[in-house]
Amino acid sequence: MNVQWRQGSAVGAASLPAGVVRLSEARRGDRGVVLAVSPDAMTGADSEEREELERRLLEIGFVEGARIELLHEGFIGRDPIAVRLDDMRVALRRREAQGVIITLDGAAG
Amino acid sequence: MNAPVPVRDLRIALVGNPNSGKTALFNALTGGRAKVANYAGVTVERKEGFLTSPAGRRVSVLDLPGTYSLRARSPDEEVTRDVVLGKRAGERAPDLLVCVADATNLRLVLRLILELKQTGQPAVLALNMIDIAQRQGIDIDLEALSREIGMPVVTTVATRKRGIEDLLIAIDETAAVSDAQTVSGWHSPSAGEIRDSHREAERIIKIAVRPPKRPDTWTGKIDSVLLHPVSGIVILLAILFLMFQAVFSWATPIMDLIKAGFDWLAMQVTAHVPNGLIQSLIADGVISGVGSVLVFLPQIMILFFFIILLEDFGYMARAAFLMDRIMGGAGLHGRAFIPLLSSFACAIPGIMSTRVIDQKRDRLTTILVAPLMTCSARIPIYTLIISAFIPNKTLWGWVSLQGLVMLGLYVAGMVSALAVAFIFRKVFWRGASEPFIMELPAYKTPDPKNVARNVLLRAEIFLKRAGTTILSMMILIWFLSTVPFKPAGAVGPAIDYSFAGIIGHTLQPLLAPIGFNWQMAVALVPGMAAREVAVGALGTVYAIGEGQPGQLATTLAGHWSLPTALAFLAWYIFAPQCASTLGVVKRETNAWRWPIIMFVYMIALAYVAALITFQVASRF
Repeated sequence: MNVQWRQGSAVGAASLPAGVVRLSEARRGDRGVVLAVSPDAMTGADSEEREELERRLLEIGFVEGARIELLHEGFIGRDPIAVRLDDMRVALRRREAQGVIITLDGAAG
Repeated sequence: MNAPVPVRDLRIALVGNPNSGKTALFNALTGGRAKVANYAGVTVERKEGFLTSPAGRRVSVLDLPGTYSLRARSPDEEVTRDVVLGKRAGERAPDLLVCVADATNLRLVLRLILELKQTGQPAVLALNMIDIAQRQGIDIDLEALSREIGMPVVTTVATRKRGIEDLLIAIDETAAVSDAQTVSGWHSPSAGEIRDSHREAERIIKIAVRPPKRPDTWTGKIDSVLLHPVSGIVILLAILFLMFQAVFSWATPIMDLIKAGFDWLAMQVTAHVPNGLIQSLIADGVISGVGSVLVFLPQIMILFFFIILLEDFGYMARAAFLMDRIMGGAGLHGRAFIPLLSSFACAIPGIMSTRVIDQKRDRLTTILVAPLMTCSARIPIYTLIISAFIPNKTLWGWVSLQGLVMLGLYVAGMVSALAVAFIFRKVFWRGASEPFIMELPAYKTPDPKNVARNVLLRAEIFLKRAGTTILSMMILIWFLSTVPFKPAGAVGPAIDYSFAGIIGHTLQPLLAPIGFNWQMAVALVPGMAAREVAVGALGTVYAIGEGQPGQLATTLAGHWSLPTALAFLAWYIFAPQCASTLGVVKRETNAWRWPIIMFVYMIALAYVAALITFQVASRF
């Protein structure tokens, strides 16, 4: 059931250094810091949609340097996800979470 | 009002993030007396209230929709942007902005404030919920904050009316020094500019805000239960179940009381008004007609009580989170859950609240299926038929059979809404859906006064409708079913000779395959005005036809077969019997196309569902 997004994102993940993942691949309990907000890898979106998503993610607080922790996963396909973002909590779908790249805690920095 | 000081009147607008307590502050400022209307041309609610400031200014307060940015995407946010920029037609720009901030969550609102400052409007910051911030040990240096953002800062606790005087004084002082009209330097920010403003907000927070010593741990603890994959779903279903059981059982004593009151009133009229047309109009038309609808006020209030309570507690966003995947499977947005849930009360507020869905296609799909959710106007019909035909038994010691049938009707509505949404997505539009990104606000103890105020507001709206649309429909149906009079010496009930009888008999052959008799056909015609009118109409039709004001349920039980009754229920799951809903859809979509599509698909579904129900039930 939840294999789909793991496989789908495997290609994108390969290009990222160790300890750096897309938020869409993170699991419950993962913590880290937002490294970049760039929805370039978002599947099935045109450039206008990506540009709009970037601004929306930024406006709700997904900004480089923000502390992030994945708190909850939905019960079907672990989607959507709820994250703690600095002092607030935000829910989003894994599709949108592809636009947020995080450095996991403990990763060599 | 004898203040001799010649001070200018003032227009202020409240701006802030969603969940910042903006509405509570509005109520604290204006005493909750609001003029509610729509902005011209759109159905965004315009809420305005008035107060007199300490300096004697007459101040009008506008409560603007919550937003994270002036960069608007939804009609709601467009209103906020246009009003702030003074670009809204027929709406003067406010003289002063009151930025409302949740003191425990300043980051995003500071960024919004930096955007608002670009508009050049004078502004005051109200740090709301300061009591919660203090409890958490968040230390805010008000002077430093005020210096950095360049506007006065006042702390408030809107729900306890604390800090309101100080806020008004700050408003007076700011208004006194800034009379010159300013030119807005705001433009839609790029991603880079949003990043810059985040950095600036971060810098201000470092200077002025010390992080919480005792951070809120309750929200996290509650979430780990309410958002848990298993317990979260179980609790969501339990809440829905409790809601419907409550609507059905808590309301009964009060409903009986209201019913008895109207029966007594009708008896008084019959006893004291001379026999004839006037007596019939008052007793059969007005009193029994309006009474049969007013009786459902307690249920509507209980339903709204739950919806408003859950909203104020912060649960609605969690429900959207839990439901997103299910809604998404039907091609709906998780946010559609809230409009659809409101549609349980009435499709009209439900359809109007779809404006929180940013993308047009998602919004249209939600609008089209919203009337399939079981609105409270169906409750009178369901209640009537269930009480007449479903035995009042208790299953397994605690579940009422009648309640279970009611739940089944609700589930049928929900399932068909999702199925129709799925089909609409496939037929009309495909492609990427709207992003689902929403804040999960910290849980808050609901303010009883706010809940009570909102429940009463809903009751008032329903009563207004009962007093206008429904009353006039009652008089019309009474007229239709009384005139022309029965000819002298004719046999059969008088209504057979009336207009209603003629219409009913004409439509009846069309409705025979679904088991409807002509009285039902008569009731469906005025029932187009609003679903609950059909109950009053049946009451009128049968009361006049029988010449006795007996219990409607008993009368129906004697006249209808079970298959007919079940077919009638099936009809009402789908039938578009609400002219106001169609009107609102026209207004919201700005095209006749959508209400027509809605009417056609719903009436087709209703006919097919009733046909299958009647034909199948008749075999047993």
